[in-house]
Amino acid sequence: MSATPDNTSDLTRRTVLRRAATVGLLATPAAGLLSACVGSGGDEPQEQAEGEKTAENPLGVDPKAPLEIVIFNGGYGEKYATDVHQPLYKTKFPEAEIKHSATQEIATTLQPRFAGGNPPDFVNNSGTKFMDFGALVQDGQMQDLTELYDAPSVDDPAKKVRDTLIAGTVEQGVYNGKPYVLNYVFTVYGLWYSDKLFKEKGWAPPKSWAEFTALLDTIKAAGITPYSYAGKNAPYYQYLVILSTAAKIGGADVLKNIDNLQDGAWTAEPVRQAAELWAEIGAKYMDKSHEGLIHTEVQLQQNQGKVAIYPSGSWLEAEQVQSTPDGFNYAVMPIPSATSADKLPATAVFAAPGEPYFVSAKGKNPRGGMEYMRQMLSKAGTKGFIELNKSLTAVAGSSDGIALSPGLTSASTALSASAQDAFNYRFPDWYKELDTELRTATNSLMFGRENAGQFVERMQKKADAIKSDSSITKFSR
Amino acid sequence: MRHGKYPFVIGFLLAPVTLYVVFVIAPYAQAFYMAATNWRGLSPGQFVGFENFERLFQDDVFWKALQHHGVLLLALPLLTIAIALFLAFMLNVGGGAKQGVMVGVRGSKFYRVVFFLPQVLAVAILGVLFQAVYRADESGLINGLLGSLGVEPLGFLINPNIALWSIIGVLVWQAVGFYVVLFSAGMASIPKDIYEAAMLDGASRVGLFFRVTIPLLWDTLQVAWVYLGIMAFDAFAIVWTLSVDQGGPDGSTTVLGAEIYRNAFVFSKYGYASAMGVALFFLTLTFAALSLRVSRRESVEM
Repeated sequence: MSATPDNTSDLTRRTVLRRAATVGLLATPAAGLLSACVGSGGDEPQEQAEGEKTAENPLGVDPKAPLEIVIFNGGYGEKYATDVHQPLYKTKFPEAEIKHSATQEIATTLQPRFAGGNPPDFVNNSGTKFMDFGALVQDGQMQDLTELYDAPSVDDPAKKVRDTLIAGTVEQGVYNGKPYVLNYVFTVYGLWYSDKLFKEKGWAPPKSWAEFTALLDTIKAAGITPYSYAGKNAPYYQYLVILSTAAKIGGADVLKNIDNLQDGAWTAEPVRQAAELWAEIGAKYMDKSHEGLIHTEVQLQQNQGKVAIYPSGSWLEAEQVQSTPDGFNYAVMPIPSATSADKLPATAVFAAPGEPYFVSAKGKNPRGGMEYMRQMLSKAGTKGFIELNKSLTAVAGSSDGIALSPGLTSASTALSASAQDAFNYRFPDWYKELDTELRTATNSLMFGRENAGQFVERMQKKADAIKSDSSITKFSR
Repeated sequence: MRHGKYPFVIGFLLAPVTLYVVFVIAPYAQAFYMAATNWRGLSPGQFVGFENFERLFQDDVFWKALQHHGVLLLALPLLTIAIALFLAFMLNVGGGAKQGVMVGVRGSKFYRVVFFLPQVLAVAILGVLFQAVYRADESGLINGLLGSLGVEPLGFLINPNIALWSIIGVLVWQAVGFYVVLFSAGMASIPKDIYEAAMLDGASRVGLFFRVTIPLLWDTLQVAWVYLGIMAFDAFAIVWTLSVDQGGPDGSTTVLGAEIYRNAFVFSKYGYASAMGVALFFLTLTFAALSLRVSRRESVEM
């Protein structure tokens, strides 16, 4: 190209740019085609492996079909899968190849595969980045587990799998009338303290609200922060406690109404009363600076004897095992009665099967996935899990004959004392927006920016908004 | 050599344009399309028209985030540019004339390194670092110092009135170094004769700064303003890693990026999140166009 200024070349910088832009524009319709690809896979049904049903193989697994397992690598790690459950499956079907992977970001890793129609067979959908269950149900991605629950159990062929589970476990995984999710770990929630510290000081776990506040006064006088939770990332530990008090005052139906998005469920008197009681605890007995801490920081302070009472679930002991001094002896107490007219007794605890697993309905080997679950629920499967993770499972009596740690023993005692009065809710799995709003509102309530009235009004407003949002799938129980 | 020109040019353009279309234009186009659906991340969503935008305009959190962008848009460029200009001036001209050449204050080479250091830290590291700096009890760096002076600890990140300002502080702290270097380069290209002449005429340092440096740096300042403005529309990473409850307390530090992330990856409302993304796209575009137009002015020819 000649460089003389008189050259009439039309190829100036500007025209180059203009043409490039035109190319860009012409390509845009192609982008429209691209976006049409989003989630367009999975329309054609996968060919699914199936074998012959026998007494030994009640779910009709194809013994040669490979099985793909994805585990959430969080508090429970992945060892229980690779060292306990997968060998069990492999022993039964030696020819089956098991493909194992573990991740801390389930949704990020797996969402594209589900959208593309190539999901793994078995998923531990847990952690902060779990895939939205509502969206999975809406899209028919999860296998109906009815057949698994009706199959004979591994250890006693006379007993169905469903009859070996703690009551409520199957229901916890039901969406729109069908069981899709297996919640494997049984968690007991309550207020955790050091049994050693309490014994040394002569403090006893309170039963009534008056005893509770009297104890908190005593602890405060001893120079210890009486009560605390971590505001930065764990306000849901605290909202569980507030709603537990509401359930104690008004009965477990209070929580059922909240789950079902019933009109006025949040503004109901028991919820308002519970919020008021806890706001007072927040104002009088908490350290304001803990709003800026994360759960392990506050838990560490408890291990160091700076915090007396902490709300959490029975995973706490295992989580803190590195920082707990010898003889700390974790113990749990149920949330004290709020009034003398409470509908539930002081012993009632919030207890729920958690840690969700599901089998892909559109995967290649759903029968293998269900058989894997059956093996998880066997005696050998639960024993291995309990020993590795120091947690109870949803199989009734699975911890019998296993030496439990002090915290787990305490949780197990609290659970049996609560007997038929155990209660729980499901809205955080159903409506994540409600969960997020409640976390924010709980911090505002406990750290004194809002009062109980504002708290319940605000939650009611959010619940109503979700109810009227047609894009969100609704559930009920 | 006129013939063969087009194949030559097209050959060069094809690869970058294809990459640009696939990785920039196509996702944008997709976002526009998704914003009109109720896609939840799995099977294709239904077309809902402008429903997402209608909801957006009634969403308190959206307006709150916009308000925060407004604050960021004013505070971030003003503070950063003011501090960076002052520091750059001190480093380059602040020492006065030595044998006819303008020099910086003593030790300016060392300061240059110190100022630039924050720039090399990743935002995620900043988040973790400043958690320790801002921690609300006496283990916090600042509150520990205040505590030894007998001052009550301040809730930098947990007091809704100052949380956003604490975060702006981090952003300014990080950005200043880069602009010090940018302005230093700009100042280096200002002929020394002009300073000399001005000083012979009796100009003070303040006079030099406002009458000579700023007018001759105008183009650089304009670029800085646009860059910082665009940074003010982001701020996602630092808010997500540093603030209480990711945008809290009670939404007092949230930004559009955080709400897009929350709606897409926490609530699985990809359609609604895309609508927010589209809104952000137009806001950023409008800002860039406006600020270039408003600050347009004859640059001084040298």
